[in-house]
Amino acid sequence: MIKSRNILISALALLVASLCCQEAAAQRGAGRGTTAPPTLRAPDSPQKAPDAEGFLQRWLILEPINIGNQQTENSSKAAVKVEYFPSQLTVMPHDWDKVTVGSQELTWHAEDTVNYNVNLYIFANALNKSPAEALFWAVTVVNCPQDMPNVRLAIGSNASSVWWLNGQEVACVYGDRQTVVDDGVSKRLTLKKGPNVLRCAVINGSGATDFCARFLDEEGKPLKGFTLSVGDVAK
Amino acid sequence: MNPMKLIFLTAAILPLASTVFALDGQFGIHDPATVTQCDGKYYTYGTGGNPLVSDDGWTWRRGVTPARTGAAPDVIHIGDRYFMYISGVTMISSKTLDPNSPDYKWEDGGSIAGYESPDDFINPIDPGAFLDPTSGRLWLTYGSYVGYIRLVELDPKTGKRLHPDERPTNIGINLEATDMIYHDGWYYLLGTHGSCCAGAASGYNIRVGRSRKITGPFLDNMGVDMLEGGGKLLIGSGDRLIGAGHFGLLNLGDAAAQKFSMHWEADLDRGGASVLDIRPLLWIDGWPVAGENMKEGTYEIESVRTGTALELAVEGVPVGGARARGGFGGRGGRGGLGGTNSFAGRGGFGGTNGFAGRGGFGDAGGTNAVAGRGAGGGGRGLFGGTGALVPPQDVKQVSTNWPAGNIDVRMANYLVQAQQKWTVTTVTNAGGYPGSPYFKITVAGTDRALAATADGELVSLPAFTGEPEQLWRLDQLTDGTWRVMPKSAPNSKEQVAISAIGSSSATLAKFNPDSDRQRWLFKKP
Repeated sequence: MIKSRNILISALALLVASLCCQEAAAQRGAGRGTTAPPTLRAPDSPQKAPDAEGFLQRWLILEPINIGNQQTENSSKAAVKVEYFPSQLTVMPHDWDKVTVGSQELTWHAEDTVNYNVNLYIFANALNKSPAEALFWAVTVVNCPQDMPNVRLAIGSNASSVWWLNGQEVACVYGDRQTVVDDGVSKRLTLKKGPNVLRCAVINGSGATDFCARFLDEEGKPLKGFTLSVGDVAK
Repeated sequence: MNPMKLIFLTAAILPLASTVFALDGQFGIHDPATVTQCDGKYYTYGTGGNPLVSDDGWTWRRGVTPARTGAAPDVIHIGDRYFMYISGVTMISSKTLDPNSPDYKWEDGGSIAGYESPDDFINPIDPGAFLDPTSGRLWLTYGSYVGYIRLVELDPKTGKRLHPDERPTNIGINLEATDMIYHDGWYYLLGTHGSCCAGAASGYNIRVGRSRKITGPFLDNMGVDMLEGGGKLLIGSGDRLIGAGHFGLLNLGDAAAQKFSMHWEADLDRGGASVLDIRPLLWIDGWPVAGENMKEGTYEIESVRTGTALELAVEGVPVGGARARGGFGGRGGRGGLGGTNSFAGRGGFGGTNGFAGRGGFGDAGGTNAVAGRGAGGGGRGLFGGTGALVPPQDVKQVSTNWPAGNIDVRMANYLVQAQQKWTVTTVTNAGGYPGSPYFKITVAGTDRALAATADGELVSLPAFTGEPEQLWRLDQLTDGTWRVMPKSAPNSKEQVAISAIGSSSATLAKFNPDSDRQRWLFKKP
């Protein structure tokens, strides 16, 4: 009897936990607007490996900042240098953290994409925000079991984007463009053992907007053997 | 022996000035042996023993005459010996071609081939040695316009005839200066057709046939046997060079960038002298084709892999300047109403930059009449252009917005903009590589120079200063595309080449012949 009771209690506990996760997901979905974005999901684990092709699928994304039409190379370069909120190049936010940009309060959202790319158009629309003439900040933490030298960051974006690894600008593409896998590739980098903060700013004009990113090894093959997280950076 | 060739046995070699489209230094020669490497230097020998040597395959000087001279020798390196076959056919050999080496000593190898009988119809000249890479067997072709081109087997250990009592195999006719190469399952017999030794009147041209068997038959691309005069053209006269002859494939250990040596009967830039040349060898549909060494000029440098072009990492300006996009022109007015069985008038065309006014109404037509046309709105519309020639972009104008110091190099869609055009210019006294000098690559109309960096990347420097990392080797690969390598890269011991690693990014990486990342097109800009 005791054994049966324990089994029942365990089963009930599991059911409650499942319902809580679903409720949390539903709350996220509800918080985003009328529908949850179809390709983006709330993370359901502390760490996530890159996908089979090495694409980074876990990000903290800030709701879009309206910046007007900044589609030329020089205006895009200038746009990412503007300080929209304090410590924007060093902050390690958490899910649901808020920042004030101008008169707007914007929220960070932790997202896992089910695809190789992060669809910012869908992200914004699900929040009833406009993706047009906008700058999106996104950040993730790349956790490496050992130093990984001579790797390159390979990115694509619609449209311009600038990328920082551990505070250093390492890649950029400018101009009105579609997301192309491995469009911009950084110089040789070292991912250090432990956490590495990867940050990007994506600038959209109008229409579709998305980005993708992965690391390539010395042979140009997708880099594996690390995980992504969007929690606190371990000290 | 061809009597005309006797003229050259004692001919003096003229010192030759270097120019853009030829080799450098002293490179006058007739009937050169295959250019052969020995201890990092390049050697060849011509009719009369005229020896040439080069440290880099670009700048040549007089060498040391070997122990035996004659007409149209060929040289092959096998194991620890260099075998020289001389018209007749006789052979001498040495452990080295370097006369400064203690191992330099020519040893007599005796007679190899010749008249098989007193009345043998043959001219046993122009030997060409070939080591079959599939079997390790050594072969010799020889012969001229009198009689056949013949093939005999040699002993790769001694260089001598393997079966002296065996009759040679006849494999060609009406050609001379033959040689053989192997590629992708085929044996190719190359030989020189046409007339020799007549300066600018020389009809010399190099032709080829192929066979699955080394003993033939060698058929050309039209199926004509070389025993019946067949042969597909490899290279003939062109530009300022007349009379191509004496093919020899260099053994550079670089399967992706093959080169062959030859001579021109008459180089018009050198008073019609007979000169050495080294050219790329391409392979098109299973046939060898003569390539080109890079010529000076301004180019778009486009990645075969990505289709994007090298450019400075600066904001581009549309050619003709940025223009406001006009809206759709307005519709012209309605034509008047036609009467019975008549056509209404056509509306006019819209104007530029926004909506034009509507044209007026045409007159009404009567019965069976065509109504008048509505008035037009005027202007060219969104897609109508300016109506005038748009001049090329002035680099002096747009470069005022470029940073003054080093500028990164990337790739982008080619839009005929100034930062995307590159001028390739020879650099004198900077050395070269087989067939070609080193070049500088600068943004057209500027002195901003492409350079390799210490961390194996690319950069553009404000000005060319001649350092090795600013000198570029441009090799045409066997598919006609180009490999671009710095003379040396700082901190790098290995040879690297410009490599497209993303649609918008280029770097320097070890050359991979199996990848298209390091293949480039130099296109008219």
